[in-house]
Amino acid sequence: MSASPLPKPSSPPVLPPADPDRPRPTSLTDLFVSFTLIALQGFGGVLAVIQQQVVERKRWMSNEEFIEEWSVAQIMPGPNVCNLAMMIGTRHFGLPGAMSALAGILTVPLILVLCLALVYAQFATQPQVQGALRGMAAVAAGLIAATGLRMSVALTKNVIPLAACIAIAAAGFVLLAWVRMPLAAVIGLLGGLGCVLAWRGLKR
Amino acid sequence: MSAPSLVFGWHDWLNLFVHFLMLSMMSLGGAISTTSEMQRYLVERQGWLSQTQFADSVALAQSSPGPNVLFVALLGWNVGLNSGSVTAALSGVAISMIGIMLPSTVFTYQVAQWAQRNRELRAVRAFKQGMAPLVIAMLLATAWLLATGGGKGGEHTDNWPLWLLTAATAIVIWRTRLHLLWMLALGALLGALGVV
Repeated sequence: MSASPLPKPSSPPVLPPADPDRPRPTSLTDLFVSFTLIALQGFGGVLAVIQQQVVERKRWMSNEEFIEEWSVAQIMPGPNVCNLAMMIGTRHFGLPGAMSALAGILTVPLILVLCLALVYAQFATQPQVQGALRGMAAVAAGLIAATGLRMSVALTKNVIPLAACIAIAAAGFVLLAWVRMPLAAVIGLLGGLGCVLAWRGLKR
Repeated sequence: MSAPSLVFGWHDWLNLFVHFLMLSMMSLGGAISTTSEMQRYLVERQGWLSQTQFADSVALAQSSPGPNVLFVALLGWNVGLNSGSVTAALSGVAISMIGIMLPSTVFTYQVAQWAQRNRELRAVRAFKQGMAPLVIAMLLATAWLLATGGGKGGEHTDNWPLWLLTAATAIVIWRTRLHLLWMLALGALLGALGVV
């Protein structure tokens, strides 16, 4: 860590990956193309694809790093996957990286969704089309659940004891999905509890 | 309810832009969490969109590849179309997307930079580790709400083949390295054939 460049106030720091052997995007174009392809595979949500591609196929970051970035991306205002793409881009190429990743995840899908809106009127009433959309929506819900389950492996390396992690996750699910408590309240309550537990667990 | 036809002046565009700038900073947990507020503003208060146009925009963006925030682009597109031209529709896309993205993106970039520079701080590490259980809960809850029709009176609750498809997808993608697109194609096929 002593080799990490100290940030000058004028330029945002480009941080080396924690593991020097880990592959990384080769260029801004690589970031743009990678995130364009990721976005185009993401029907009903892009997170599942980002996790599979960035962690398991491209291996740009570990599962633990991913969940840490995602926790920031998800708590911040704005579209979560756009925040995440921007943060991954920043890690490797600073502000230009952030712009490339963000442009990649938005540009082609935006053009596509506008084209879709133009042809939608002709096909919207066909039962097959509606059925296909329904089936894909059900799969998309499953993909998000699978992403949560995959990321849950990272909890075994958390400083919070595993039993407490599971209790917080279970309580969070019940409050959000069944009680329908507002997100901000749940973040304050359970996120706050998690931070206190983690703070106490981090002896330093 | 048919689409309203509008006469849009620059102050209307400005109102739209400013409103989306505000919503951007309120979109904690994703732009989709401000959907009900957008509906209230665009449909009920201003009458710039019909309810059908609003619901179709959200559904279409969900079923299109890419981030869900693109439903905002379709809302802008339809507001522009209602005021009469494709040029206006494209302006609507630009104004609504820049409005919803700009404040949150700048803010998140700054916070993420700060968190990276101070990533050895005990408080930053405690935040990232402490949020992890809740982050997983948020994902599972989102999946639950999507599978049950977003809480809109539980429209899918009695459709058990659809449930089975969601659960099977979760298990297959969790436990195997199968590419996601295979499951999406299977879902589309089963839906088109009327199985689910």
